[in-house]
Amino acid sequence: MSNNLDLKKGLNIPLKGAAAPEVIKTVVPDIVAVKPSDFTGLSPRLLVKEGDAVLAGSPVMADKLRPEILVTSPVSGTVCGIVRGEKRKLLAVLVKAGEQQEAVDFGAQVPQTAAQTRDLLLKSGLWGALTQRPYGVMADPSATPKAIFISSFSTAPLAADTDFTLGADLADIQAGVNALSRIAPVHLSIRKDVAASTPFHKVENATIHVVSGPHPAGNVGVQISHIAPIQKGETVWTVSPLMLAAIGHVANTGKLSLMRKVAVTGPAAEKPAYVCCLPGTPVKEIVSVGGDVRIIGGDALSGEILGADGYLGFDQDQLTLLGEGRDREWFGWAKPFRPKVHSSSWCYFSWLTPGKKYDMNTNLHGGPRAFVETKCFEDVTPMDIFPIYLIKACLAGDIEKMEKFGIYEVLPEDLALCDYVDPSKNEIQAIIQKGIDLMIKEMA
Amino acid sequence: MADEKKTGLFEKGGKLYWLHSSIDAFDTFLRVPGTVTAKGAHVRDGIDLKRVMIMVVIALVPAALFGMYNVGLQTSTIYGLGWNFWQMFFYGLLRMLPLFVVSYAVGLAIEFGSAQIRGEEVNEGYLVTGFLIPLIVPVDVPLWMLALAVAFSVIFVKEVFGGTGMNIWNPALVARAFLFFSYPSSMSGSSVWVSKTWVPALKGVDAISAPTPLAIAHDGAFDAATGAVGQYSFMDMFWGFIPGSTGETSVVAILIGALILVWTGVASWKIMVSSLAGGLLVGWLGQLAGATALPCYYQLVMGGFLFGSVFMATDPVTAAQTETGKWIYGFLIGALAVIVRLWNPGYMEGMMLAILLMNTMAPLIDHCVVSVHTSRRAKKAVTA
Repeated sequence: MSNNLDLKKGLNIPLKGAAAPEVIKTVVPDIVAVKPSDFTGLSPRLLVKEGDAVLAGSPVMADKLRPEILVTSPVSGTVCGIVRGEKRKLLAVLVKAGEQQEAVDFGAQVPQTAAQTRDLLLKSGLWGALTQRPYGVMADPSATPKAIFISSFSTAPLAADTDFTLGADLADIQAGVNALSRIAPVHLSIRKDVAASTPFHKVENATIHVVSGPHPAGNVGVQISHIAPIQKGETVWTVSPLMLAAIGHVANTGKLSLMRKVAVTGPAAEKPAYVCCLPGTPVKEIVSVGGDVRIIGGDALSGEILGADGYLGFDQDQLTLLGEGRDREWFGWAKPFRPKVHSSSWCYFSWLTPGKKYDMNTNLHGGPRAFVETKCFEDVTPMDIFPIYLIKACLAGDIEKMEKFGIYEVLPEDLALCDYVDPSKNEIQAIIQKGIDLMIKEMA
Repeated sequence: MADEKKTGLFEKGGKLYWLHSSIDAFDTFLRVPGTVTAKGAHVRDGIDLKRVMIMVVIALVPAALFGMYNVGLQTSTIYGLGWNFWQMFFYGLLRMLPLFVVSYAVGLAIEFGSAQIRGEEVNEGYLVTGFLIPLIVPVDVPLWMLALAVAFSVIFVKEVFGGTGMNIWNPALVARAFLFFSYPSSMSGSSVWVSKTWVPALKGVDAISAPTPLAIAHDGAFDAATGAVGQYSFMDMFWGFIPGSTGETSVVAILIGALILVWTGVASWKIMVSSLAGGLLVGWLGQLAGATALPCYYQLVMGGFLFGSVFMATDPVTAAQTETGKWIYGFLIGALAVIVRLWNPGYMEGMMLAILLMNTMAPLIDHCVVSVHTSRRAKKAVTA
């Protein structure tokens, strides 16, 4: 069974530096970090101390309130450091990889019941791969979602091409879907233009949705809002295709393997291509870093700033390198033509060069102002909501209005393009996140 | 070197920090700020509010240039001065300049002052408002009146609400309304629309009555056979060779502006189209009902209807925000403006008050649109 979803609104950001479809190196890291911040909603309790030996799949930390949720090490070796920040907040557990890689054996059997699936995910440390909506936090092990949604592709700027990164892992993907479908019906969306060729179209035990359109058509949140909008009191879970394959792998082989192809992208990337590595790999070992460059884990719209001393995140398969735009352009706004700056607005002339890719940097291109033009938000939000009303409800902290205007359906990433297009340079994603945080606090 | 000195002085803790809003305004006027994104999307679109606002000003330029020419043309024609094209244009230019200077000087002074008080950056909104105001008042309006109106409008309509983006009414129109109700003798009547104050030859000459076509039509002087309103043919009104506010007379110039606004997406074509539709419909009904002899499309070429529909009603801050709301909002502006024209014994132009009234109603329209939408969403959820 397949369903079509053709989205019109949105915007593909013409950023330079797409990763060439080749793996240029495989990083065997010396030290790997396990970061609690990769798991939204986790209050970490440390399970290891410095000097402890761990295997790939051994628990490193657990959740304080729900101790069955474990976070495991992606490599075998010895714990060589516990990094703490202010007020002794746990920032990372560093594991020095051993010569011989060994993994915990979880038993090579695809779960046949919901309880088995839950058990496998909790033990192997892959529970954190499940994101609950609303709110975008780690799923609650005691809850049963209405459905599980997976978007097999991303339309975010320069996102990793999952056909390339996961194309060979169809068996794992199928096993992952099989395991998850024991918990709730699985919905998988695939890209329309490659619907016949993508390996994902062969997946069984899932409702396939064929999706087309510009970004954010690939965002699972946007797809959910068209397939089955989330209502008050409902929860759905989402999994990234990367993590789906990891779940399938552990089910098929019994061993945790988080090795992945990471797209190194962006205008400041020396050679945009793929690098094989583990989550927690130091950024320095993946890319050579130099100059005033921002290193982002994820895409240029919603990614997290990792910095040169950071580590690749648990669920990340992309690094974006952008130059910091601290230069001040003379008469920028007043120039008739600014060939180096992209604008989706027709006040500039980017529309004359639709195929052009831009060497973008992190300059804000203006100063913050009150909302003036707000139609641009609707033009990039292919959902049945009024973005400006939701944004204003979040600003006002009005729970009732936030509910009415669709806070349950969105995560900041779904409105990331509003950040991009707003001439008043408001931080829409931050506003939405603040609204979501308030909802979590008030509805708890 | 000068750069370094300046930032030190005006930075937080510097001696002249209290002036930083003004300095920032000039600084960012010349150069794009070097601010990088701190959170949210790491890359941003090149568009900013300065660019949006300058687009509106560019769109207004054809109407302003034509208006200047027309100021001279009307003076020359009515008083029989026999000027050539350049004399007409330069008279209009010279006559309009003080209006622009006063409008910008007073308005921007208040904008800068209130930005200083709030400690925020100066908003760009007044770039447009300051250009609009001279175009919608009689050209001979005393400058002190204009200054007063600008001050009233910027302070009480914009700054007390929090500046550009927060205001409820269109500041340019409120300035006009302020003048209209405070100094009616300078703002209405049949002799205010043709400039004579700056022509040396006309010193001591009594003002000649030169009513606008709207006033002529209001008195019933419409010749159905030739289609002329008084001495003005339809094409006169279409091209704009008629007395009136500087910016409003030429349909052609306004349409060029409309094209720029719609093309760049700065103003909503939905509001423009629905406003025209509302005006045409009521004009047609009025003709059927015998309230006027004018064909409905005359309503669009006379007075400030088109200028209001294109440049004033579409102000994104004071207009309806929802797309459905924009259709309703625009339609009601057009309809109301023509209703006032046709069924009002004393006051022949309804555009200004129609827009101001609908500015007031826009949040209500949006509220209704959004309520209908959310209840539909809720229903869908129950059945799904």
